[in-house]
Order: sequence, then C-alpha cells, then structure tokens
Amino acid sequence: MSEVLVLVDHVDGAVRKPTLELLAIAKRLGEPSAVFIGDAGKTAEVAEKLKAYGAEKIYAVEDSQIKGYLVAPKAEALQQLVAKTSPAAVLIVSSYEGKEIAGRLAIKLESGLITDAVDVQEGPVTTQSVFAGNFTVTAKVTKGTPIITVKPNAATPEESAGAGTVEEFTAEISDAAKTAQIVASQPRKATGRPELTEAAIVVSGGRGTGGNFEPIEGLADALGAAVGASRAAVDSGWMPHSFQVGQTGKTVSPQLYVANGISGAIQHRAGMQTSKTIVAVNKDDEAPIFELVDFGVVGDLHTVLPAATEEINKRKG
Amino acid sequence: MKYVPDATADRQFESDNTVDRVGVDGLLSELDEYAVEQALQIKEKAGDDTEVTAVCIGPEKALDAVRKALQMGADKGIHVSDEAIAGSDAIATSLVLAKAVEKAGPADLIVCGMASTDGGMSVVPAMLAERLGLPQVTFASVIETQGDQVRIKRDGDTATEVIGGTMPLVLSVTDQTGEARYPSFKGIMAAKKKPLETWSLADLGVDAGDVGLSVAWTEVEETTARPPRTAGEIVTDEDGSGATALTEFLAAKKFI
Ligand SMILES: Cc1cc2nc3c(=O)[nH]c(=O)nc-3n(C[C@H](O)[C@H](O)[C@H](O)COP(=O)(O)OP(=O)(O)OC[C@H]3O[C@@H](n4cnc5c(N)ncnc54)[C@H](O)[C@@H]3O)c2cc1C
Ligand SMILES: Cc1cc2nc3c(=O)[nH]c(=O)nc-3n(C[C@H](O)[C@H](O)[C@H](O)COP(=O)(O)OP(=O)(O)OC[C@H]3O[C@@H](n4cnc5c(N)ncnc54)[C@H](O)[C@@H]3O)c2cc1C
Repeated sequence: MSEVLVLVDHVDGAVRKPTLELLAIAKRLGEPSAVFIGDAGKTAEVAEKLKAYGAEKIYAVEDSQIKGYLVAPKAEALQQLVAKTSPAAVLIVSSYEGKEIAGRLAIKLESGLITDAVDVQEGPVTTQSVFAGNFTVTAKVTKGTPIITVKPNAATPEESAGAGTVEEFTAEISDAAKTAQIVASQPRKATGRPELTEAAIVVSGGRGTGGNFEPIEGLADALGAAVGASRAAVDSGWMPHSFQVGQTGKTVSPQLYVANGISGAIQHRAGMQTSKTIVAVNKDDEAPIFELVDFGVVGDLHTVLPAATEEINKRKG
Repeated sequence: MKYVPDATADRQFESDNTVDRVGVDGLLSELDEYAVEQALQIKEKAGDDTEVTAVCIGPEKALDAVRKALQMGADKGIHVSDEAIAGSDAIATSLVLAKAVEKAGPADLIVCGMASTDGGMSVVPAMLAERLGLPQVTFASVIETQGDQVRIKRDGDTATEVIGGTMPLVLSVTDQTGEARYPSFKGIMAAKKKPLETWSLADLGVDAGDVGLSVAWTEVEETTARPPRTAGEIVTDEDGSGATALTEFLAAKKFI
C-alpha cells in the first residue's frame, strides 16, 4: 500500500486537532505517514501523539533552517519527501499557511491541487462545499500526486495505534526559498473557551449586540461554546478579527450555531451555512438569517439571551 | 484581479460543471478591490513615476473589471482573453498570469486579493510567486513600504505575524486593509483615455494545449445544489416566552 503524507499542523510541538482528522482520512487512502517540520527536541512527544492516531511513519524534518521564513522552505521540504516516498496523496490542513504551501508544492510537483475539501474518500475523491455552501462538488486530481487541503471537522480523529516509526529527514533548503521572513510573531491569547473552528457549539454576535458581548459570552459559557462575531462587530472594534466567522473570517461547521443580532449576509453565511443546527435571535422577523434556521426567536437579544442563559444554568443544576 | 459572478445573485454551474459566467451578472471580485486600493495607496506614497497596471484573465465581459480598476485610478489595463482558457484550474490560471506579468514588464510589486469570491482558493498568489521565483507576503491586514522593503501584518490561525520581504515580490491583501475607494466622476472620465490592451494566449507565448478545461489537473465530477433547508420553527418573544422556547429547543436537541 502506498504512503499518504500528512503535513503536521502544530504550535511548538502541540499537534492541532485537524492533523488528527487528516490521519483518519489518510487511513482511507493508504498508509498514513506524518511529516513533522519542527524542533527536533519535540519529535518524541509529537511522534507519540501521531502514533496514537494511526501514523505508521513519522518523517521528522528539523526546522532550524526553515523557522523564521514563510512557506517556501516548507514547500521545498515536502517536495523532497514526495520525491523520496512517491505517496498516493499529500494532505494538508486548509489554513492560510497550509493552502500556500499546497499552492507552491503543486507547481513544483506539476500536480493538481484541490483546496478546502470537506470530505475525502478512496480515489481520492474530494467533496467541496462551494458558493457559500449552496453547492456540493465532488472532484479528483487527474495529474501528478493529488495534493488536497482539508478543512477542519472533515473527519473524526480515530485513536488506533500505528507503528509510529520515526525517520529523520534532512531537507536541502535553497537560499531562494528564504526570501520572506517572519519578523515577529505574537501567539494568540487563550480565551479559556474552545477554539472557534474546532468547537461543537458556536455562539456569535453581530451589529445587533451594539457592542455589548456579555449576553453572547454568557450563553456561550452556559453551553460550553466558542464565541464568534460578524464582520460588522469586528469592524466596529468590538471583537478581534480572529473571532470573525465568514468568507474572510473562519469557516465553522459545528453541531450548533447560534447567531444573535446578525442579519445573515451571504459573506457571513459562507462561514456557517454548513452548521448542523442553526438558531438565530434577531429583532427583525424579516432578517435573511431566518431563512436558514432550525429555530428562531424574533426578539431583543439583550433580554432573550440572559433569560435563556439563566434557564440553561438552572437546568444544568 | 478576477471577474466573478455576483455572490449575491443565484450562482449556478453549467452542464460541464464549469461556473455559469453568462447567466449571472459578473463584477470585479470585491476582495480584489482591496488589492487595487492598496496598489493605488502604495503608488501615491511612492510618487509619480510609479505605475499601477490592472491585469485580469477572463471572458469578454471581464473587461468591466479592468475598467473599474482604471476608474479607481490604475494607469493601465491588461485583459487576457482567449477561448482556450475557459475552464482552467488554478494551476493554468497562475501560468497565464505569470506570463502576463512578465510581458507587462518588470514589476516591483504584484498585488493580489486574498481569495476570489467564486473559487476562493487563496492559492493563486502563492502559485504566482512560485512560478516567478519571487517571495510572497500574503494575507496582509496592514501594509508598510519603505524603498524596496515591504512589511505586512497578518492575522494567522494561531498568531499575529509581521512578515517582511524585499521587492520584487507578490503581495496579497485582506479586507482588513481598509475600504476601497469609489470611482469619482473625474476618474470615470479619465479611465476612457487610459491604455487598455487585450492579449491572447499567442501574445503571451502560452500553448493553448496547456490551459483550459480539457487539460485541467483537477476534474469536477459532480455539482449538486444543496437541498433547500426545511423551514424551521420561528417564535416571537413575548414576556420571556422566547427564552423559554429557546431553552426547550436546545434541551430537546440535547445541547443542554
Ligand atoms: C468582500 C466582503 C467580505 C465579507 N466578509 C464577511 C465575513 O467574513 N463575515 C461577516 O460576518 N461579514 C462579512 N462581510 C460583511 C457582510 O456583507 C455584512 O455586512 C455583515 O455580515 C453584517 O454584519 P451583521 O449581520 O452583524 O450586521 P447587520 O447586517 O447590520 O445586521 C444586524 C442585525 O442585528 C439585528 N438587531 C439589531 N439590534 C438587535 C437586538 N437588540 N436584538 C436582536 N437583533 C438585533 C438587526 O435586525 C439586523 O438583522 C463581508 C463583506 C464583503 C463585501
Ligand atoms: C467553486 C469552485 C471551486 C474550485 N476548486 C478548484 C480546485 O479545487 N482546484 C483548482 O485547481 N481549481 C479550482 N477551481 C478553479 C479556480 O478557482 C480557477 O482556476 C481560478 O481562476 C483560480 O482560482 P481562484 O480564483 O479561486 O484563485 P484565488 O487563489 O482564490 O485568487 C486569489 C487572487 O488571485 C488573483 N486571480 C485569481 N484568478 C485570477 C484571474 N483569472 N485573473 C486575474 N487575477 C486572478 C486575484 O487577485 C484573486 O483575488 C474552482 C473554481 C470554482 C468556481
């Protein structure tokens, strides 16, 4: 069986959940091999985690030559690994960085690229959700090594031990790849709430909050949810951009999405339309968001949400 | 910059699974307006001998997108159009764009949007950088230029970063960079006199056999419209009834 390369998405050796989802997908296509580009001191810890989720092999690429530069060196390292392993596919998380690595890699390998898959099955055949979630598209790569970037939540991580053999790989990085530098990096502050793209429940607020996110945060905490925001709320400076849901923010696909004081513009829908259950609270009974909902309350979020939060907390005891 | 079907209209696919670009009105991709705006601001800061050229690949109607950029203030327009390009994937699009950028003359900065509003892949800027052998600084929310140095701030998934590079390079900008200007009446009149060229694949020296639907390295097998959502229950809040109904719903669905 051919290997399937999974590029590990991590923060200083902490493997992010979407990588574990990719390992589950890789198992459907061949033998999962993880590619860890990072600090050699973290390899053992990272390998243990990847092994527990089915990685048969882990290629450890020490990053002293790569760290501090934008994506081009990572694309070079992957190109060399593909040349060595002739994989059945390369799977990468659909983040900014992931997509850029994939773009450069596709040109280097003369291979087709599919981005933002929400499912990948044997073939590999991909499923994409396009036009703000109004169409589902299945596609495949017809030339070269299929390179596929996959959105978070496209699969459920599967705990099952792989062989987890670690193999060091030394990549040759050209000077030409070291041209865009990361001058400074400020890690995102932890909010204590689940991460937006990984959360099972998301409670969002828009312009209708008038800048007061307390009712949103209260409900989110009662439900164990992440907090999201519309662009109007972000543009008003009420929430950081990292909370924005939509076309130019995060795509979320939770079990439950609660939109409060959000009208439901197409660009917002693009980021939440595939949520399993959608609930909205909005003063205006003609707000377009109500076209999408499983349940809607026409009312003022400043009274409905605190009251609902109280009832929920009471029920939880 | 790309000419795309209006996202607020009813977008469809053709029977060959390509995007319907005829039945739905098109426009300059909104996210590319931000790219034009930033290019103009950089030009204004750099001084008079700096020129902004707007490049778009697309069908005949895509000329509208080029005209819009000229009206906003770009100096020159280039429209790459050729029947053979129809149905191209990102790989072929980036090939044609790279050749057009080369033919347009040496550029210090190639400014792109962060994504198109139709395909929305966000990979064309990186592909272009790879093909042209240039650095990329992408997904900018703030841009600073000084001489040949470019520094941007960007909001990544896990961190806010400052990225720096030396021109020439490929830059992509997000909608966090600030509203794009509207064409003024003066701008609209001036645009009519600005140079606008249309290039074919032959003009670019690109083999028609390297682009288009039939040679795309990806193939769409099926497009399915999402089934319309069945109308949900909507209640009107009166004296706290909304909160109770909401709680009941969430409990029934086992979210509590
Ligand atoms: C290129 C581009 C990209 C974009 N990307 C995004 C994106 O990623 N994400 C995004 O969200 N938007 C995006 N937008 C913006 C989008 O078009 C809308 O402008 C935005 O989503 C509106 O935010 P909103 O729903 O919070 O505000 P509004 O549209 O102003 O809606 C506010 C709603 O709150 C309701 N309301 C007011 N007061 C109350 C109250 N007390 N209680 C209950 N309801 C109340 C109102 O009835 C109204 O429906 C983008 C736009 C463009 C052009
Ligand atoms: C719904 C949908 C899904 C698709 N999925 C895939 C896929 O998985 N793989 C694949 O290879 N192709 C795919 N395509 C085709 C792909 O979108 C087109 O080839 C497209 O021209 C390039 O991708 P993009 O516009 O999405 O680029 P993006 O990378 O999103 O565009 C970024 C920027 O590049 C510039 N740009 C892009 N296209 C042009 C242009 N024609 N002229 C000038 N500047 C441009 C613009 O500044 C734009 O803002 C898809 C198309 C659609 C409509």
